[in-house]
Amino acid sequence: MTVEIPDVKKSWPHAINAVTIGATSAEGGTRTSTVTVGGETTLPFYHFEGTMPNKPVVAMEVWDIPAEDWADPIREPFADVLNDPGAWAKRCVDEFGAEMICLRLKGCDPNGANRSPEEAASTAKQVAGAVGVPLIVWGCGSDDKDNEIFPVVAEALSGENCLLGTITEDNYKTLTALGTAYGHKLIAESPVDINMAKQVNILALDVGFPSENILIYPSTGALGYGIEYVYSIMERLRIAGLKGDKVVAMPMLCDIGVEVWGVKEAKAPESEVPGWGDVKARGPMWEASTATVYLLAGADVLIMRHPEAVRLTQQTIVRLMGGGAG
Amino acid sequence: MILIGERINAGFKDIANAIRTKDPTAVEKWAMAQAEAGATYLDVNIGAASRDPADMAWLVETVQKVVPTKISVDSTKIEAIEAGLNAIDGRGVLINSTTADPGKLERIVPLAVKHNAMLLGLAMDDRGSPQNVERRVESGAMVFMAAMEAGLAPDQIILDPILMPIKFMQEQVPYVLEAIEQYTCLSDPPPHISVGLSNVGSKTTERGRIVRTFLVMAMARGLDAAICNVCDEELIAAVATAELMLNKEIYSDSYIRAFLMRQGS
Repeated sequence: MTVEIPDVKKSWPHAINAVTIGATSAEGGTRTSTVTVGGETTLPFYHFEGTMPNKPVVAMEVWDIPAEDWADPIREPFADVLNDPGAWAKRCVDEFGAEMICLRLKGCDPNGANRSPEEAASTAKQVAGAVGVPLIVWGCGSDDKDNEIFPVVAEALSGENCLLGTITEDNYKTLTALGTAYGHKLIAESPVDINMAKQVNILALDVGFPSENILIYPSTGALGYGIEYVYSIMERLRIAGLKGDKVVAMPMLCDIGVEVWGVKEAKAPESEVPGWGDVKARGPMWEASTATVYLLAGADVLIMRHPEAVRLTQQTIVRLMGGGAG
Repeated sequence: MILIGERINAGFKDIANAIRTKDPTAVEKWAMAQAEAGATYLDVNIGAASRDPADMAWLVETVQKVVPTKISVDSTKIEAIEAGLNAIDGRGVLINSTTADPGKLERIVPLAVKHNAMLLGLAMDDRGSPQNVERRVESGAMVFMAAMEAGLAPDQIILDPILMPIKFMQEQVPYVLEAIEQYTCLSDPPPHISVGLSNVGSKTTERGRIVRTFLVMAMARGLDAAICNVCDEELIAAVATAELMLNKEIYSDSYIRAFLMRQGS
């Protein structure tokens, strides 16, 4: 007697928005390549069930000031270019295969170097001139200061179709206006909270910013630090989007490097934690493992730091997209 | 929630006149108003205003010209249903309705299969309207079985347990709620379950409140569709709120607005 295997495939009524970042000269920018993410009609890598027309991409992180407090394994590959964001970005792209650059305007932090909006814009132009990949520009984290920096930076990068971030429930008006005025996409941030992820998107839509120009950043936790909690939030957001909730049917972004390289498992030298193995191997593995979990949760853009972790993650993406044993 | 807009029905004078004079104004107005209010389907019904199946086709075509919303072809006459189905331009369509009467099932179920339509089945048969829970479940199951055997998926089937006016048949209302719950046990996934919502408030003075309260209670038992006045903002807000309580929608402070955006899709 033969047993019929039931067909458990689902078909989802809606697709996740496809979002293109970067603009070439033909499109009014100066990028030599663009990136399109999203467009999924099924859960991550369920190729048997639906389509995943765009693969997830890896962006590498560059700062506007030297990242002196980075752990040794991530400082060493960039030690000679930490003073030169342009050269730093170029190394990420040319040598380490970064598909996007995330410029983090850490130097503008009023509690730190407190650099001016003009200095931030000049650094952004420098990075844009050094590499041809699309850019993410991430503020310093102070709402008031970000609202001073971004008008100047967004104008300096006008037409480049960058991804700017982040907007939150309490601070979205300036960036949504700038995104519309200068042709940029936005990252909508919420603190591992599905309701607030939805709310910040609704607020942006309410002021007329199109949902097709938004990526969701649901916050990120490193492996061992609440990752399963974030995973479940991302999974639920994605399922709701596929079911037709347009307010959450956006690609998702994860800020991997900053989280992973803040935890002791990734950065503590073996001398401090005997038995944990060489940090040079352990750190990148921790970052790559974290990234893999988020790929499975539905991440479309991963911001990362260590070149070896980037290589491993890109290899994983190729495999998961059906590109053989890699 | 599947919301079926009830307003394009010749039971309303403006629609009856439109059908008689072939003046599309009233039909267009209600098509647009209901689509904007979040209707999933627009019900079209020529009622007693006409016996000509071509009038059903005219109604369908008139609606299709102004909105992209799916259409519910509503008639007790098979010829009118068929004319409506043939006029559909490829968008989603719902057949409203069959009963559990075998003679009717035999003719209407194949139409649903042929047109890949949703099928709404009323829990009544040649013996008339049900007066208890058992008859409602029996007739509902009869429709469900006939539709499944013909190849429709559970989520293409909508069962209607026959909602009656609280003013005249008060004892029937809890029977309807019980039947809804029993329908959810027919299969996994279950069929959709709908009612003609306005019936419950028929001839009452607190109509809005009665309709709204019934709807929320029924949703808690498994109702996930309704033929109703989708332009009633308080009703739609109650639906959106009930969906939150059932954890079908993600909470946000602006959840009603989010619900409307979603329904419009």
